[in-house]
Amino acid sequence: MAVKKISKVQPEKFEFNKKNKETADSIIKNYPSGKQQSAVMALLYLAQKQNDNWIPLSAMKYIAKYLDMPYIKVYEVATFYSMYNLTPVGKYFFQVCTTTPCMLRGAYNLVDVCKRKISEEENCLSEDGKTSWLEVECLGACVNAPMLQLNEDYYEDLDPIKLEQIIDKISNDEVPQPGSYRGRLSSEPENTRKTLIGNKNA
Amino acid sequence: MLEDKDRIFQNLYNDFGADLISAKQRGDWKDTKEICGKGREWIINEIKESELRGRGGAGFPTGLKWSFAPKEVGSRPHYLVINADESEPGTCKDRDILRFEPHKLIEGCLIASYAVNAHKCYIYIRGEYFNEGQKLQTAIDEAYKDGLLGKNSAGTDWELDIYIHYGAGAYICGEETALLESIEGKKGQPRLKPPFPALIGLYGCPTIINNVETISVVPTILRRGGKWFSSLGRPKNTGSKIYCISGNVNNPCNVEEEMGIPLKELIEKHAGGVIGGWDNLKAVIPGGSSMPLLPKETCETIKMDFDACVENKTGLGTAGIVVINKDQDIIKCMARIARFYKHESCGQCTPCREGSGWMWRMLERMAKGEATRDEVDMLLDVTKQIEGHTICAFGEGSSWPVQGLIRNFKDEIIERNKFDPIVKKQKDIPYLVDQHLLEKENA
Repeated sequence: MAVKKISKVQPEKFEFNKKNKETADSIIKNYPSGKQQSAVMALLYLAQKQNDNWIPLSAMKYIAKYLDMPYIKVYEVATFYSMYNLTPVGKYFFQVCTTTPCMLRGAYNLVDVCKRKISEEENCLSEDGKTSWLEVECLGACVNAPMLQLNEDYYEDLDPIKLEQIIDKISNDEVPQPGSYRGRLSSEPENTRKTLIGNKNA
Repeated sequence: MLEDKDRIFQNLYNDFGADLISAKQRGDWKDTKEICGKGREWIINEIKESELRGRGGAGFPTGLKWSFAPKEVGSRPHYLVINADESEPGTCKDRDILRFEPHKLIEGCLIASYAVNAHKCYIYIRGEYFNEGQKLQTAIDEAYKDGLLGKNSAGTDWELDIYIHYGAGAYICGEETALLESIEGKKGQPRLKPPFPALIGLYGCPTIINNVETISVVPTILRRGGKWFSSLGRPKNTGSKIYCISGNVNNPCNVEEEMGIPLKELIEKHAGGVIGGWDNLKAVIPGGSSMPLLPKETCETIKMDFDACVENKTGLGTAGIVVINKDQDIIKCMARIARFYKHESCGQCTPCREGSGWMWRMLERMAKGEATRDEVDMLLDVTKQIEGHTICAFGEGSSWPVQGLIRNFKDEIIERNKFDPIVKKQKDIPYLVDQHLLEKENA
């Protein structure tokens, strides 16, 4: 199990804004009446998005009241799942996959770039305070390895030089194009396609 | 080799676009009404005849699973849950279905819901697949707009609503009961079975859980007939399957092929061969990281289907093939997989929670050559103590790759870890060594 730390600095109060309240209410309707607890994961995501990509304790308390469930149950969920950030992360949050299929194709070279260009330690903000990075487990794009996730987008088929360029762009507040960095549009084999040939460029 | 016209996922490489119009041109949503009109019995029998086995890793016959759902709806509603929590290292097939063939999945959901009497279907997508989830939501919205979902779905007189539920980065939620716990808004820790979800599942109601790929092939099977599907492959291992080939190959790719295709053909033909040539091959993980690896000799001949893999002491799993060549340190690769399992253990059962960490730490030391020779047997002993002593199959999933490593590369580990602090003669001094390890049958 992953160790999760709670941030020492916590905001006093948290409340959904009007738009998120509407979204939350419509998500609760997806589940049978009386089973509103099911929406807790989605509401935690909303809170995370509203609060600069991390979840304060006050948001968990607020969600517990919102869904009429014990606070500890929300806390349990927020600490169990790895995608809920309980401490502040960068506005641009790099998550580098280093599980074996990516490792075989050089994911640790990407980690070295992150260490050099963002911060020596994982989960620490860079000097300009905008970016942070984290080593994560398989992100499910093994065919396009090595890859990383930047906020919600996948950046695939990377190499250290291309990652450096991405980080440089990010520090100028430009968001580079997500997707493959070797020009692939899907997970088809490069240049040597043997199947579905008739469909190509259809 | 499978002919192009027999491939189910024509848009696997996104040549056409994933929208409803082009999906319809590819034949999706054609005669859905007629298929459902033939009745539940016919659908389930046709799937049974096709011998379709679940594509999520365990390979359970799908028709049989559907027939476990109660025939009549009692006081509790039925649910259909789609498992799109694809997190097995080496596997990325469901991602392509979600983003390029969403209508196959949605149509499959309608037919499966009809067959198991469900009016509500939840699709559990892993949180990292946010963009893929958005694409699926767009497809669902299109389907609602076109009358293919809702009160009278596709003219079948069947009411169906599909909802997407995002996970949040827990591998264990791919286990079906943990997935149900997660949808119920709890932490994803697997439930004891029995009772099986087909009788007591989501919110205590009968629930059928299927993998994305399993459900997506259903409409095509019903359209072309179970006989057609079972004519591919060999008995009990029928049909086609998306193979994901990653790791040290020249052209990593996803490819849909017939069941039972030789592994060598997949690697050499579709993935452009091993980096450094076939002779540079060290080992292959055939079915996602949970399955024991295969040495080069077996890779020459093995056919990729469920039973052939079991005969070779491994498993087809999700068909996520990870190729490892001789430039890599095999012990390090396995240590990294052990770290994955240590990170993802849900912490419910002690053998798995503690054992996964033990295995990781021992393998890390073995990779550095800091372990003693006895520890190789000790490591095997630890894996045997995890396997079969946990609530879910995670225990097997975490210990099998380590067992596979020891089975095939024991000499290499010992070669690197020759260090033996205990003088041979003194081995029977009880406090110097764990006595139970000296007895061979316990090791």
